Amino acid sequence: MQIHDNPALKAEARNLNFYYGEAKALKGINMPIYDKKVTALIGPSGCGKSTYLRSFNRMHDLYPGNRYEGEIRFFPDNTNLLSPEVDPIEVRMRVGMVFQKPNPFPKSIYENVAYGLRVRGENNKRVLDDKVEHALKGGALWDEVKDRLNELASNLSGGQQQRLCIARALATDPELLLFDEPTSALDPIATAAIEELVHELKKRVTILIVTHNMQQAARVSDYTAYMFLGEMIEFGKTDEIFLKPKDKRTEDYITGRMG
Amino acid sequence: MNSQAMSANNPSDLPVVSDRLAKNAMRNVSERLIEALLLGAAAVSVLTTVGIVYVLVSESIHFFQQVSIVDFLTDTQWTPLFDDAHFGIMVLVSGTVVSSLVALSVAIPMGTIIAIYLSEFANSKVREIAKPILELLGGIPTIVFGYFALLVVTPVLQVILPELPGFSLLSAGLVMGIMIVPYIASLSEDAMRAVPMSLREGAYAMGSTRLYTALHVVVPAAFSGLAASYILAISRAVGETMILAVAAGMQPNLTWNPMEPAATITSYIVQVALGDLPHGSIGYLTIFAAGLTLLLITLVFNILGQWLRAKFRENY
Repeated sequence: MQIHDNPALKAEARNLNFYYGEAKALKGINMPIYDKKVTALIGPSGCGKSTYLRSFNRMHDLYPGNRYEGEIRFFPDNTNLLSPEVDPIEVRMRVGMVFQKPNPFPKSIYENVAYGLRVRGENNKRVLDDKVEHALKGGALWDEVKDRLNELASNLSGGQQQRLCIARALATDPELLLFDEPTSALDPIATAAIEELVHELKKRVTILIVTHNMQQAARVSDYTAYMFLGEMIEFGKTDEIFLKPKDKRTEDYITGRMG
Repeated sequence: MNSQAMSANNPSDLPVVSDRLAKNAMRNVSERLIEALLLGAAAVSVLTTVGIVYVLVSESIHFFQQVSIVDFLTDTQWTPLFDDAHFGIMVLVSGTVVSSLVALSVAIPMGTIIAIYLSEFANSKVREIAKPILELLGGIPTIVFGYFALLVVTPVLQVILPELPGFSLLSAGLVMGIMIVPYIASLSEDAMRAVPMSLREGAYAMGSTRLYTALHVVVPAAFSGLAASYILAISRAVGETMILAVAAGMQPNLTWNPMEPAATITSYIVQVALGDLPHGSIGYLTIFAAGLTLLLITLVFNILGQWLRAKFRENY
């Protein structure tokens, strides 16, 4: 855990526990998220990576019976995102999310990207036009869709839909962007496009990405955390995790999968 | 691998089929039997429809041999049983349209709001209790609704609108709207609940409130289902009989004012069918002409519904 010349912190989990009803899904997680870096969460299915990710934008609040313990500190203002006094809607205004399966809204391409801005009360056509264009460029989709912004988003291919969802999340300038296995429903070419995009995006935004694919974690991330059975087993620079893991369990997982 | 592939190409080398894989004659027979049974069941409903259409059309042909279609559509009076007989169907259509519009202006907003509440806001306990009760409302016999309109709603409305007559399209239409609410609420709720959670999560993750998510994401995503429920509601309203027969008065009256009493297509049919009309007389034939008109109106809405469903099919 002792990493020198660390960049600034964007967020930090402190002794985070999470319960689905009675079942404890996250066990005492401590982990830093560094500003403008890509942090990957890896681990076998059911290890709690998605549960952990979804704590950052309080998605668990949508379902009854879920409970957090501990803190996720968010910087620079040092807010505890999990505090009951913090409005989850305010959290989601600052923390964007891209899901496993592309989930564009049943609206036009333009309106999908403008959605978050409209939620925030922006209705000025010129501002919207401007930000939609900027976000679509950020999502590396502008050139493909600029002539058909009013078409339904569902007409796009799967990879384009996912980039649209990224653009939708970018439009509101989030500080932290969560990716929940964003390429698991995509073909290799679309996956490569998303990975390149993630690489590009870290100049603007801090990224936390859950992935099943270890090569992907190795390719896109600066830091990697290995989770197992709800615990954070090891966290470190991606190179170190993959080349010389300190924990036997991390090594087993990485070598077992990568052969 | 290779030798297997070769022997499979040569039928004489195939092993004898074991007992377990041998064709079972009994199973074939019972499959056929079930298929015939299913086909028979399907045929009953199709044949019934065909039969109804045949009767309506053939009797209406007799009617239109005596009354021209132009008169039927343009005459402003409907007095088929008088000596000075007029056959202006628009008189009855106006009653049907006005009462349906009143009903839908109640049922569509209320049903949609209830559906949004049940699907997006209510917790599962409330939903489990509220939905069956709501559906119970749809099971009340319409004659009961009719007398409710006549004996409760009309007097209450007369307090606010003193000039309202004892029979009116307004009061019958309002109660008809309440009767239709459960259909819209239940079907719309089903359509909205079918919207995948991932879409809602996407909306919430963008910082939307529940209401914003419901109105801007869930409702548009479920639109084809909502439209289907509205179309069903229109068909129910157009075809509703007893409430109108009891509470709207049965005077044929060409009016677009809901504050007046009027007959509708359905209430006219009830009225005439209860009377003592000689088979084959012109009065008797009007039943079929009116029935055919009703069928065509509902057919138009059914086609419209199909078209809406195809155009706005769920694409999430």
